[in-house]
Amino acid sequence: MSVNETAQTQATGFSPVAASLKNASVRFGSFTAIDNLSLDIEEGAFYTILGPSGCGKSTMLRLVSDLIPAASGDVRIFGKTTEEARIAREFAFVFQDSTLLPWRTALANVELPLEMGRKRGVKIPLSDKSPMELLELVGLKGRENALPHELSGGMRQRVAIARALVCKPKLLLMDEPFGALDEMTRDHLNLQLLQIWKETGVTILFVTHSIPEAVFLGQKVLMLQAHPGRLKEIVDIDLPHPRQIKLRDTAPFTRYTAHLRELLETC
Amino acid sequence: MTMVEKADLAEPNESELAAKIDAEQVRMERRRKIEAFLIPMTTVVSLLLIWQFGVRYFEVPMYIAPAPSDVGAALIKQFPLLLTNFWPTFYESVLGFFVGNLAAVCIAVAFVHNKTVQKAFFPIAVFINTIPILAVAPILILILGPGLSAKIVIVSLICFFPTLVNMVRGLQAVSPQALELARILSATKSEIFWKIRLPSSLPFLFSALKIAATTSVIGAIVGEWVGADVGLGALILDSSFNFRAALLYATVFMSSGLSVILFASVTIAERLIVRWHT
Repeated sequence: MSVNETAQTQATGFSPVAASLKNASVRFGSFTAIDNLSLDIEEGAFYTILGPSGCGKSTMLRLVSDLIPAASGDVRIFGKTTEEARIAREFAFVFQDSTLLPWRTALANVELPLEMGRKRGVKIPLSDKSPMELLELVGLKGRENALPHELSGGMRQRVAIARALVCKPKLLLMDEPFGALDEMTRDHLNLQLLQIWKETGVTILFVTHSIPEAVFLGQKVLMLQAHPGRLKEIVDIDLPHPRQIKLRDTAPFTRYTAHLRELLETC
Repeated sequence: MTMVEKADLAEPNESELAAKIDAEQVRMERRRKIEAFLIPMTTVVSLLLIWQFGVRYFEVPMYIAPAPSDVGAALIKQFPLLLTNFWPTFYESVLGFFVGNLAAVCIAVAFVHNKTVQKAFFPIAVFINTIPILAVAPILILILGPGLSAKIVIVSLICFFPTLVNMVRGLQAVSPQALELARILSATKSEIFWKIRLPSSLPFLFSALKIAATTSVIGAIVGEWVGADVGLGALILDSSFNFRAALLYATVFMSSGLSVILFASVTIAERLIVRWHT
């Protein structure tokens, strides 16, 4: 399946590849977290990643973001190694917990990536949007001087998204960013994220536990399976854009969720 | 549903609701503050009155237990004497406080950056902490003489350990995700230290400094007991040997006043610096 995918993209060769994994494996001691994973993520795509716990969803993001080395195989981001891509600030990471520094204001938190890494050879990319404009983009205009504890969970996560965008990454890695939020806030941030994706053209890899969220956000859903973590299937989500919340109550949408739920059960 | 369809991003009415909640909280806070002040004040005043009338009623001799009014009178009449003895103790406490805590912070930083250093020196730090300060004070006075330096060392020793332990914990209390973020940003060790580890250790540091603020006065007084002719500790010994009970009580009052000043200074500094924890 995955080999076919790779072959197809290479054969057609139209869309440039944002991230490419070739036979990539990750091991922690004798435990194999990811086994022989091969896939290509086209530039500008929105991939959501689903799978049972222990399937290596988070590990995959950490592999791509150079937090974990590959035991074997090759991972490339826009043709560069993960380390080169990190130094070039090609990607940004949004964690489940917003990971804001509690002593910094919202604005200063967004500015953090601009203050780090120069000594390791990072040339901080110039973004076309200032930190202030990014806070405005995520709907936090007027709260730029608030400290994280003065913001709600949803607002904190929006600051984290603004921080991720500040170096104008081409690839955005998101590890269950809305997992800890209530449903209303989550819906709201889903819409907002789709809008940011459309405006910036960034490629997104989005790990989630929620099947509806995976279908609602993704152009494609990567279904991973566990023990060891490997690719089970890539499901194309052929639903129109721009998407609205009410899409969730339509028959095509529920057909996708039902299909994915079935897949998940056989993992 | 309009809320979600609007691509506009603010959560509805959030700020309004927050303002209402804030106002309510301010009111509650104010009432709590008044209560927190009035209730203990009433208790203190009542206890002082019981003491005053108890001493007078049972005709306790003044050299055993002076009445609060006697202590008050001594405090006013002997104030120049008290003040001359206050300043040496103040300097010893403050200087020792800075030396001890600075050493603790530096060693904590070394411990966190080098596990071998930690393994080598932490047992020694624990050992030093187990020696009672009263036992070690005469040794230090023997080595360093009855001057200021011996007291500074005694105060530093007594401040050192709680700050070391807290600071090590504080520097390690960085969330793993914050470190992953730093790695993704290709941060250097020194960037991680100055921008992440050090700020996140500050709440821990200040809780240690609050302990040190009061123990430093204990250290200074102990040092003065062992060998000094000025200072509140010396005055305590002198007035008790001469049965000047009112002066003794006034001196004790001054000592606790010194602790309060140091503790309050640390608390104010904490409020100004650590604004992200309540």
